[in-house]
Amino acid sequence: MILNVENVTKKFGGLVAVDHVSFQVKKQEILGIIGPNGAGKTTLFNVISGVYYPEEGKIFFNGRDITKVPSYKRARLGIARTHQIVKPLNELTVLENVMVGACFGKTGASLKQGMAIAGEVLDAVGLGHKRDVITVKLNVPEKKRLELARALASGPEVILLDEVLAGLNPTEADEMLQVILKIKESGITILMIEHLMHAIMKISDKIIVLDHGRKISEGSPQEVASDPKVIEAYLGDPDLALRLIKSKGNTL
Amino acid sequence: MKRGYTLIWLIPLILAISLLPVIAHSVIYRETIFLILMYITLAVSLNIILGYTGYVSFGHIVFYGIGGYTSFYLMYRFGVHLILAMIMGGILSAIIALIVGEAVLRLRGAIFAIATIGINEAIKSLVTNLQFLGGATGMFFNFKIYKTYGGAAKAIWFAYWIMVVVTIICLLTSYFIKNSKFGYGLFSIREDEDAAVVLGVNTKRFKSIAFAISAFFPGLVGAIFFFKAGNIEPDDAFHLVKSIEMIFMVMLGGFGTVSGPPIGALLYERLKGILLINPLFKNLHMAITGFILLIIILFAPGGIVGWFRNRFKKLRSLLE
Ligand SMILES: Nc1ncnc2c1ncn2[C@@H]1O[C@H](COP(=O)(O)OP(=O)(O)OP(=O)(O)O)[C@@H](O)[C@H]1O
Ligand SMILES: [Mg+2]
Repeated sequence: MILNVENVTKKFGGLVAVDHVSFQVKKQEILGIIGPNGAGKTTLFNVISGVYYPEEGKIFFNGRDITKVPSYKRARLGIARTHQIVKPLNELTVLENVMVGACFGKTGASLKQGMAIAGEVLDAVGLGHKRDVITVKLNVPEKKRLELARALASGPEVILLDEVLAGLNPTEADEMLQVILKIKESGITILMIEHLMHAIMKISDKIIVLDHGRKISEGSPQEVASDPKVIEAYLGDPDLALRLIKSKGNTL
Repeated sequence: MKRGYTLIWLIPLILAISLLPVIAHSVIYRETIFLILMYITLAVSLNIILGYTGYVSFGHIVFYGIGGYTSFYLMYRFGVHLILAMIMGGILSAIIALIVGEAVLRLRGAIFAIATIGINEAIKSLVTNLQFLGGATGMFFNFKIYKTYGGAAKAIWFAYWIMVVVTIICLLTSYFIKNSKFGYGLFSIREDEDAAVVLGVNTKRFKSIAFAISAFFPGLVGAIFFFKAGNIEPDDAFHLVKSIEMIFMVMLGGFGTVSGPPIGALLYERLKGILLINPLFKNLHMAITGFILLIIILFAPGGIVGWFRNRFKKLRSLLE
């Protein structure tokens, strides 16, 4: 088990954003995380990456308790993430953004090494031609790819992808899925939050479903898609429920 | 990243300016250029926390005051040599920055800026109430102190050369930070602190170190200035208007760049000179400064250097 989340609870005042959630992730697995808006998915990532400490529960990374390890140290241990709401370093160039990932993450590169790594990673995610552009000038899909590049350049063992497909057109989304599969092949473990059912069902080895902070289902994509509790959770969003049922047909 | 060539012209320029008073045998030049060098060092050091790290240290002049008082007291009371007293002043400034930084560097944006004003005012009133530092009237040198340096005239020249050296060291520091991994950590804090920490930057430590470095040099400047002046009092040492001037110089030249703050400092000293001799503008000098600051922020937020870098991409490696 590379990552072990045990009974984690995170509250914001009276709101229980993540409610006693447990799950485990095997090395080189893709774990999909789905759930309606406000289910607590991003908050769960925030707890795993150390942005917040949980009120209850523990997180183990490679068997080591990291529950109270600060965020920057987790990055150095090999946990990288992307942000749902992108956080580019606006006034730096695209290359420099990725260099920061390479220099301060697990890779711990020197500036010179970081520049070389950043160049390679940018090519891999299809942003090579933008390397010297000031980041503020990128459009949103490009900024999403930059988030991914920055996380990858840090040389992670585990990467947390928060809706990297959102806002991409179908072709771009397909390209991104190919990139994600390549990341997996390179030996990196992936946790990904996604609303695009079709995509996440296709790519995940295992899926967990959150609703109102609670984990309501866990299993293979097929198992989760046919779980009545999951369908019920999505009833507030009939369209999504429909897509969920459809995607089940696709994967079977 | 790629190291630029900014120092190739900047350092010779500073040296050339510094030699002017010798070549011209002019004490008036010396006084003017002393002020310019002092402004350059103040602006360049403020830029490390303001421009590189993105924290608007509004009360930054407090470190000039701390350095000034520390060294003045050591020289006045114990006859410590200027160089040693100055270094102690700089170190104490840096230590105080580390201590107060622990508290205020958690704050962001306007709240941080306001807190730094509070620190300046608090230390000023503390000093005003400390009798061993001379209270509100401050301290005056006995002219005997200058004897070590070969008399008052020589002491002032000595202070001048120390100022030249400090300015150059400060510029080199600024340059090397800008081109270092540490520097990139600071820029990432400036651009998005939450992203920086998730990327593995120990933001707390980086901010503290940046704040300490940017406090160290004003401490040195304060020491030299008050040594040369021969007296020190709280209103001069902790004068908030000087803080505003420092911010102005950084913004005018271009925050976050190596060459911007020195250019801003040079221009500001000239501008101030022109305004202050003109009877019409004499009392309006801060108003005009404020107006120019507004124009810069609205129309050229990158300052002069930022504007040139945008306009002439070829100049970039010369204008870091
Ligand atoms: N910093 C915060 N302070 C207060 N409440 C928060 C904070 N962050 C998240 N929340 C709340 O916690 C709940 C879970 O939010 P979260 O962002 O984790 O949901 P999500 O599953 O990622 O949703 P989405 O699919 O819309 O991204 C929401 O009710 C949200 O308003
Ligand atoms: Mg979310």
